[in-house]
Amino acid sequence: QGGGSAVIDMENMDDTSGSSFEDMGEMHQRMKEEEEEEAEGEAGAGEEEDGEFLGMKGLRGQLGRQVADQMWQVGKRQASRAFSLYANIDILRPYFDVEPVQVRARLLESMIPVKMINFPQKIAGELYGPLMLVFTLVAILLHGMKTSDTIIREGTLMGTAIGTCFGYWLGVSSFMYFLAYLCNAQITMVQMLSLLGYGLFGHCITLFVTYNIHLHSLFYIFWLVVGGLSTLRMVAVLVSRTVGHTQRLILCGTLAALHMLFLLYLHFAYHKVVEGILDTLEGPNMPPFQRVARDIPVVSNAVLNTTAKAIALTL
Amino acid sequence: FPGLADVSISQDIPVEGEITVPVGSQSPDEDYSTLDEPVKDTIMRDLKAVGKKFVHVMYPRKSSALLRDWDLWGPLVLCVSLALMLQGGSADSKDDGGPQFAEVFVIIWFGAVVITLNSKLLGGTISFFQSLCVLGYCVLPLTVAMLVCRLVLLAGAGTVSFIIRLIVVGAMFGWSTLASTAFLADSQPPNRKALVVYPIFLFYFVISWMILTFTPQ
Repeated sequence: QGGGSAVIDMENMDDTSGSSFEDMGEMHQRMKEEEEEEAEGEAGAGEEEDGEFLGMKGLRGQLGRQVADQMWQVGKRQASRAFSLYANIDILRPYFDVEPVQVRARLLESMIPVKMINFPQKIAGELYGPLMLVFTLVAILLHGMKTSDTIIREGTLMGTAIGTCFGYWLGVSSFMYFLAYLCNAQITMVQMLSLLGYGLFGHCITLFVTYNIHLHSLFYIFWLVVGGLSTLRMVAVLVSRTVGHTQRLILCGTLAALHMLFLLYLHFAYHKVVEGILDTLEGPNMPPFQRVARDIPVVSNAVLNTTAKAIALTL
Repeated sequence: FPGLADVSISQDIPVEGEITVPVGSQSPDEDYSTLDEPVKDTIMRDLKAVGKKFVHVMYPRKSSALLRDWDLWGPLVLCVSLALMLQGGSADSKDDGGPQFAEVFVIIWFGAVVITLNSKLLGGTISFFQSLCVLGYCVLPLTVAMLVCRLVLLAGAGTVSFIIRLIVVGAMFGWSTLASTAFLADSQPPNRKALVVYPIFLFYFVISWMILTFTPQ
């Protein structure tokens, strides 16, 4: 019967053995196992010897072990709490839980206005699709800026594109969420982000086509049809979630205005200004540019007199 | 041992002694200490590792060497060389300097970080730095394309050269995307591969666009 005990001489261990948390964790584990073994072991001479052993050196060692043990627990708890607070991307994980089929379906749905506005429509709170759409818009914008030789003075092309698109998505979403809060609409921030993000699908299509085919009439058609459809869908969903005519009007008017104006801005600010813009602004019914003398004799006489005087003075 | 044959231990004498367990290493010299080797050895070892990974990118096979020992030297070298080569290309005057060095740098690293986060959020099993490593190394074909474009532009800047550049950049863009997809898409659940591939496609598309629209002064 082996009544001996093996003594592990701790002097050759590292100095940090008492303060190292890993060692404390291991020792904690080992202590637990030893306790379990002792509990299952036989009583008798073995226990007496163990008792003596503990009595002589053990008291100091045990106290030290317990203190270190506690520190290990506290440290572990603090570290895991800090980690779960700051470095945890799992907060965003449920918003990325999509299948490709779902994304495609939602992209197509974003162009189809809903008919039923008396019943709150479901909005999927998903962030993958909107994020990818914003990045796609950035890429398309870059392509448009480069092919039109846009010169950005105080900044870079890339920075401007990213800033514009992300600024629109995040800024207008926050603003609409604030308005929705004021107008008592039933929508959360993530849903608003998702709704507006998917509404950018129409913008992407329009800009992709019109940056390559430089026809202004084509742009206006696309602006009205494609932009209008995606705006109608967003507006319909918002209307279904709001009660009261004034509130509905405020929300939907603001969203429609911002969305359509953004598309206009993207086209005109970053696109080659063609000479035909004057024609399109005058309207389709005007004859081509004609110079017609204005018949205001008083004004023209006054202008003639002042010009003659100015010339006489300079001569 | 004939002398010990008649040694017997009686039952009532406890056997005890000391077992010393030295926890530290045997001796400092036998450690994997790379402080004492000549500098040439260190550099050559790292260069060989980087070179091996370049070969893996050019011939993407199903090997895990790129993933297992990730390092960011290769991506850094590629990123810096690409940014340097993209310097000084502008449409006209000095106000618009083309993609500046910092811009290219930020695009590549920020884009890689976003793709990595995206693939992790979609349930990927690859770690953060492994993904950065793969995406950075797969910029190699595009750097080669940039070199070729610069050489072609030395000869002239006409339509023919544009078509050549378009073909070269397009081919390298496809190669980059395929290479990185071969490494990264395996770490995803099978039905979500398209969701991970699309941002990679966009990322390399933006870099290819920067290379293609580069016109020197």
